[in-house]
Amino acid sequence: MSSIGTGYDLSASQFSPDGRVFQVEYAVKALDNSGTVIALKGKEGVVFAVEKLVTSKLYEPGANRRIFTIDRHVGMAVCGLIADARQIVDIARREAANYRSQYGVPIPLKYLNDRVSMYMHAYTLYSAVRPYGCSVILSGYDITDGPAMFLIDPSGVSYGYHGCAVGKAKQAAKTEIEKLKLTDMPTQDLVKEAAKIIYLVHDELKDKNFELELSWVSKETNGDHQRVPDNVFVEAEKSAKQAMDAESDSEPEEV
Amino acid sequence: MDYVNDWMNAAESTGTSIMAAEFADGVIIGADSRTTTGAYIANRVTDKLTKVTDHIYCCRSGSAADTQAIADVVSYHLNFHAMELGEQPLVETGAAVFRELCYNYRDSLMAGILVAGWDRKKGGQVYSIPIGGMCVRQAVSIGGSGSSYVYGYVDANYKTGMSKEECVNFVINTLSLAMARDGSSGGVVRIGVITSEGVERRVVLGTELPKFYEG
Amino acid sequence: MFNTTDAYSAPPLWKNGPVPGAFYNFPGSNVDKQHIAQHSQAPVTTATSVIAFTFNSGVIIAGDLLASYGSLARFRDCPRIMKVNDNIIFGAGGDYGDFQYVKDLIQQKIIDEECLDDGFKLKPKSLYCWLTRVMYNRRSRFDPFWNTFVVGGLQEGVPFLGTVDKLGTAYEDKAICTGYGAHLALPLIRDALEKNPLLSEGEAVGLLKKCMEVLYYRDARSFPKYQVGIITKDGIKIEGPVDVNQNWQLAHMIN
Repeated sequence: MSSIGTGYDLSASQFSPDGRVFQVEYAVKALDNSGTVIALKGKEGVVFAVEKLVTSKLYEPGANRRIFTIDRHVGMAVCGLIADARQIVDIARREAANYRSQYGVPIPLKYLNDRVSMYMHAYTLYSAVRPYGCSVILSGYDITDGPAMFLIDPSGVSYGYHGCAVGKAKQAAKTEIEKLKLTDMPTQDLVKEAAKIIYLVHDELKDKNFELELSWVSKETNGDHQRVPDNVFVEAEKSAKQAMDAESDSEPEEV
Repeated sequence: MDYVNDWMNAAESTGTSIMAAEFADGVIIGADSRTTTGAYIANRVTDKLTKVTDHIYCCRSGSAADTQAIADVVSYHLNFHAMELGEQPLVETGAAVFRELCYNYRDSLMAGILVAGWDRKKGGQVYSIPIGGMCVRQAVSIGGSGSSYVYGYVDANYKTGMSKEECVNFVINTLSLAMARDGSSGGVVRIGVITSEGVERRVVLGTELPKFYEG
Repeated sequence: MFNTTDAYSAPPLWKNGPVPGAFYNFPGSNVDKQHIAQHSQAPVTTATSVIAFTFNSGVIIAGDLLASYGSLARFRDCPRIMKVNDNIIFGAGGDYGDFQYVKDLIQQKIIDEECLDDGFKLKPKSLYCWLTRVMYNRRSRFDPFWNTFVVGGLQEGVPFLGTVDKLGTAYEDKAICTGYGAHLALPLIRDALEKNPLLSEGEAVGLLKKCMEVLYYRDARSFPKYQVGIITKDGIKIEGPVDVNQNWQLAHMIN
C-alpha cells in the first residue's frame, strides 16, 4: 500500500476510488506490531499459544494476558492492540452470558463467532468510529460437534481454521503449521507443537524477552477452556527449547 | 353462579388431559380434544398439540388464550433463532424460551405446558413447565386436569426404551383412562410421534378408544 | 374528579360527571387504577425442608428430591443441593421455579468469576451476604423469591453456615433447618451438638440420616430419596439419591 491515501484514508465510511477502505487496512497493520498468536485444532481439541512480548523488565510476570476465557467452554486469544481486544473480550462474554440466560444452554461457538464478527464489522462502517486494531481467535469444544476454531479480522471477516497464525511472525508460523498433520493429532501433541512454533518464530534480535502463554479446550478438559496445567506447560516449554537447540546446532551446516 | 349457565362468564379453557413420553427413537405426545367454557364444550375436536418448530411441539393446558399466545411467541422466536443458528434449535432451548415467559409472567398466566421434541444432540426429550414457571426434564410427563386421575397408571406402566407402537398404545391407554374420569377432558385422542424424521400425526376417534372397567 | 375517558369509551354523562361502565372515584381521592398491580405470588411447586449443620472439619447439608404441587408428589427428581464453587455449597427450599432462577444467577456469577481467572474465588460469607441483599430487595418490591436458602462452606478453613429467607431475614448458626426440619430435626441436631460439639464426619452423616428418617415419618411433603452435600478442606462431594432408612416395626405393636 502506498503512503498516499490521498484523502480517502481519513474515515472508515468512505471508499477509495479503487474500492478499498484504508482505515480497515491500517487496522490490519496494527497486528504486525503484536507478538505472534497461533491456534491449532486437532482430533479432539484446540490449543492456543501466544508469544507475549515483554518490553520492560519492570513488568510483573503474568500481566497483560493475551488469552481469555469467554465462557466455560470458549477461549479467546487476541492479537493487536490489547486495549481494543479487551473490549471484544467483554462483548463476547456478554453475548455468551446472554445466550445462556435466554436459551438455557452454552452458546454454540459458530453463533458466538457470528455475533462477534458482526460487532467488529459494525466498526468499519461509520465515520465516527475507527475499526478495532485487533484480531481474535475463538476456540471451543462440543461433545457432539468436536473442536472448532475461528479467526476474526479487524474487517469483521471470519473463517474457520484447522490451524492459524496472526501477529509479527504469522508467515513463518503458518509455514510451520502447514507441515503438521493436524486433523488426527492428540491435544497433548498440539501443545508441544504450538510451543515449539512460538519459540521457533520468535525473533531474538528484535524482541528480547517474551512470555509463552498456552491454553487448551478439549475432550480431556470436559470441553472447558483452561490454561494448560503447570506440568504440561513446563514439559512443552522444555521440548520447545530442546528443539531450538537442535535447530541451532544444525544451522551452520545449512549455511 | 348459576350452575348450568356458568359458560356465560367462564373463560375458555383447555380443561385437559395431555401427555408426552420418551421412547427409543424419540417422543410420543398426546392430548384429548375437549375445550370447555364452564361445563359447555366449546370445541369437541380441538388440537392441543401445537407445532413450535419442525421438531419441537408443545402440549397446552390451562387458559386457551394464554397458552396459544405463548406458543405463538415461542414459535416466532425459535424459528427466527433457527435461521440465525443455521440449524434446528435444541428441545432444551425451546423449553428454556417457554420457561422464560411462563416464569416472568407467572402472576398473570394460567399455563401448564409440556415441551417435547427431538434434536440431534440429546434425541427425544420431554420438558414439563407447570404453573409456577419451573422447568424439569422428565422421561414421561402428564398434565392438565385429567392427569391427576392417572398418575398411578403412568407410574405402573411406563418403561424406558419402549418401541414406537408400544409407547403409542401406552399414551392412548393413559389418555383414555384420564378422559373417562375427567369431565373436562374427552372427545378424541390426538397423537404425535416425533423422531429424527419429523412428526407423524394420528387421531383415535372417541368410538375407537380402548375400553376399561366402567362400573 | 371523575374518571377521564379515552377515545374508545363512552363519554361522561355530563361534564366532569361519571362515565358509564367506569370506576367512580370519590372527590379528593386520586387512586389511579393503572398503578395497582398484583404482586407477590404464592409458591406453586415447592420443595420441603433443608437440613444443615457443621461438624469438626466442615459442613453437611441435605434436602430430598421432591418438588410438590400442592399435596401432589409431582416431580420426584428435583435436586436442590448445589455446589457453587470449591468453597461453597448451597441448599434451597420453597418454590422450585424461584430456586431455578436464583441458581442461574449464581451460576452466571461463578462463570464471570472463573473468566476473570485472577485466582480469587467467591467465599461463603460473600455469597450469603449477597443473597440477603437479593432477598431483601425482592421483598421490598412486594415480589419476594419464595425460598429459604442455606449457604454452607469453609471460610478461611473455618466451617460457615448461614440462612436467608424470603423476607431477607438472615442468621448464622452451627445448625440450620428450614420448614418442618426446624421443628423436627433441629432439636435432634442441637441435642447431639450439645453432647459433642465436634462431631466427626462419620457421626455427622449418621445424625443427618436420623434427621431425614424422622422427617420422612412426620413431614407429609417429604420424600424417601434425598441428596447429601459435604464440604471439607478436601473439597465438595454431593451424594445421592440416598434412600431413607425406614423402620415400620412399630406397626406390629398396635392392635
